[in-house]
Amino acid sequence: MTAVSAPADAERLAQPAGFIHDLTSVALRALKLIPRDPAGVIPALVVPLFFFVVNVGSLQNVAEGASPGFDFKAFQLPVAIVFAVTGVSRASNLVTDIQDGYFDRLLMTPMSRVALLLGLMVADFTLVIALCIPVVLLGLAVGVDVATGPLGLLLFLLLAGAWGVAFTGFPYAIALKTGSPAAVNSSFILFFPFAFLTTAFLPQEALTGWLSSIADYNPVTYLLAGLRSLLMEGWAASSLLKAGLAIAVVGAVSFTLAFTALRGRVRRG
Amino acid sequence: MTDAAIETTALRRSFGDLEAVAGVDLSVARGEIYGFLGPNGAGKSTMVRILCTLITPTSGSAIVAGHDVVTDPTGVRLRIGAALQGTAIDPKLTGRETLLLQGRYYGMSRDAIAARMAEVLTLVDIGDAIDRRVGTYSGGMGRRLDLATSLMHRPEVLFLDEPTTGLDPVSRTRVWEEVRRLNTELGMTIFLTTQYLEEADELADRVGIINEGRIVAEGPPDELKRGIGNDVIVVRVTSHDGAETARAAVAALPGVATVEVRGDSLVVSALDGAATVSPVAVALNGCGVGVVDLMLRTPTLDDVFLELTGAHIQGDDQ
Repeated sequence: MTAVSAPADAERLAQPAGFIHDLTSVALRALKLIPRDPAGVIPALVVPLFFFVVNVGSLQNVAEGASPGFDFKAFQLPVAIVFAVTGVSRASNLVTDIQDGYFDRLLMTPMSRVALLLGLMVADFTLVIALCIPVVLLGLAVGVDVATGPLGLLLFLLLAGAWGVAFTGFPYAIALKTGSPAAVNSSFILFFPFAFLTTAFLPQEALTGWLSSIADYNPVTYLLAGLRSLLMEGWAASSLLKAGLAIAVVGAVSFTLAFTALRGRVRRG
Repeated sequence: MTDAAIETTALRRSFGDLEAVAGVDLSVARGEIYGFLGPNGAGKSTMVRILCTLITPTSGSAIVAGHDVVTDPTGVRLRIGAALQGTAIDPKLTGRETLLLQGRYYGMSRDAIAARMAEVLTLVDIGDAIDRRVGTYSGGMGRRLDLATSLMHRPEVLFLDEPTTGLDPVSRTRVWEEVRRLNTELGMTIFLTTQYLEEADELADRVGIINEGRIVAEGPPDELKRGIGNDVIVVRVTSHDGAETARAAVAALPGVATVEVRGDSLVVSALDGAATVSPVAVALNGCGVGVVDLMLRTPTLDDVFLELTGAHIQGDDQ
């Protein structure tokens, strides 16, 4: 034992830093790690560009031939955006943190528990916006016009980013509930019904039967309609409101699941 | 508020039917190195996780650095550091980024982080590797960075959960030196769990021996060992059958308290080891058992554990 006194409160360096500071710290680390794991980002960058090129190349003449004046490229650009942003998250990194004990290290800090998850979502938002930019640039390069101008394009990106973040709650919920990389990797299955059982390839009025019924309840239908309105129609308040509502509903469900799973994991230790 | 760095009262934690911590009363003084010794599954890590606010107790109370782990976990978190089992550092970050982030997590200013980083790096020698990604570090280096990370905010109480498990002897000795230095130079209270007897013996001012969630003995290591009283003669023979034969030959000798066969070894407990070792050697020679080696030693903490529980602490070095 020693006679030297232990660090007293007056010398203490640690202090609660506040929610925004905590949020920024978590987001900064997540963003710093993204370029160090390119394999986690490259598919999200390539897949939407690939689908956009293939869909436009194979269906443009058919679609525009059937409906003169119809801009199929503008119709497809939001689909590529949805492909780019849906399911992109730091959930795999979170599972690694849980398995390696880094998450325990974070839980032993005075940081806000909510910031531990929300900070990752802030990083996700930044990433999905970055992933949208090459898709949008490709669209502009092949002649897609934005009916609402630069402000509409900004809103287009923000809606896409908001959708991307709203969806991240699902993989985070799985990551926090299971702590299993395999389970998180399987969460991409959720992407398929959202992305394909909707108006990805045909306008809503052209859908028939069961697909039409499902598309009516698929929030992506309204997201696509909102995004398309910005490109093809001009400022359409009703479409934009429905898109915002669809994002809010999905976000409310997925965030509830994710933050419930966070609370459960914190409680279980 | 208590003067102790750690104080628990009737602390319990159950997982379903399993009571991992079964009513622990503990008091660790400020500036003390307290060794928490026990076999795997004894409840050591559960205790640490409660004291570090990672899990809540089922009942009882725990005060760490003057703050209750249940009612004021943030107060505890601001004052503790911990290097838990394994190496809880991100392999994709560099050592410097790891320390920088840790400082941010504790709300430290940029200047404070820079100053503190320089300090912890003199305490925990990582050298030029500090700018390399942690994934390239050796096990010992990773463990030292983990320790440095835990020290960034200058905690009052440091928890080390099996800090040298899996390390080679050289790395283990370096970690011990660093732990000692933290205690003597900074006066930091250190709560150390280990399954290595030598580690507890080497570092701890006091040792608490835990078994099945209960503390079965507590005190300075020398005092605990003296409490056993007997010296130990360990005889390694050529076979297990030989050991059984030797037991029969030795058990009735004057001065022999107990005889136990452990694999191909005979462990003879004697009140006066020096006086008993010759009769033991003669008896072994007389019964025709081949002796590989014979050693007279004072009791270890494992002997203390054996005396109290009838079992051994199953460390790698046992």
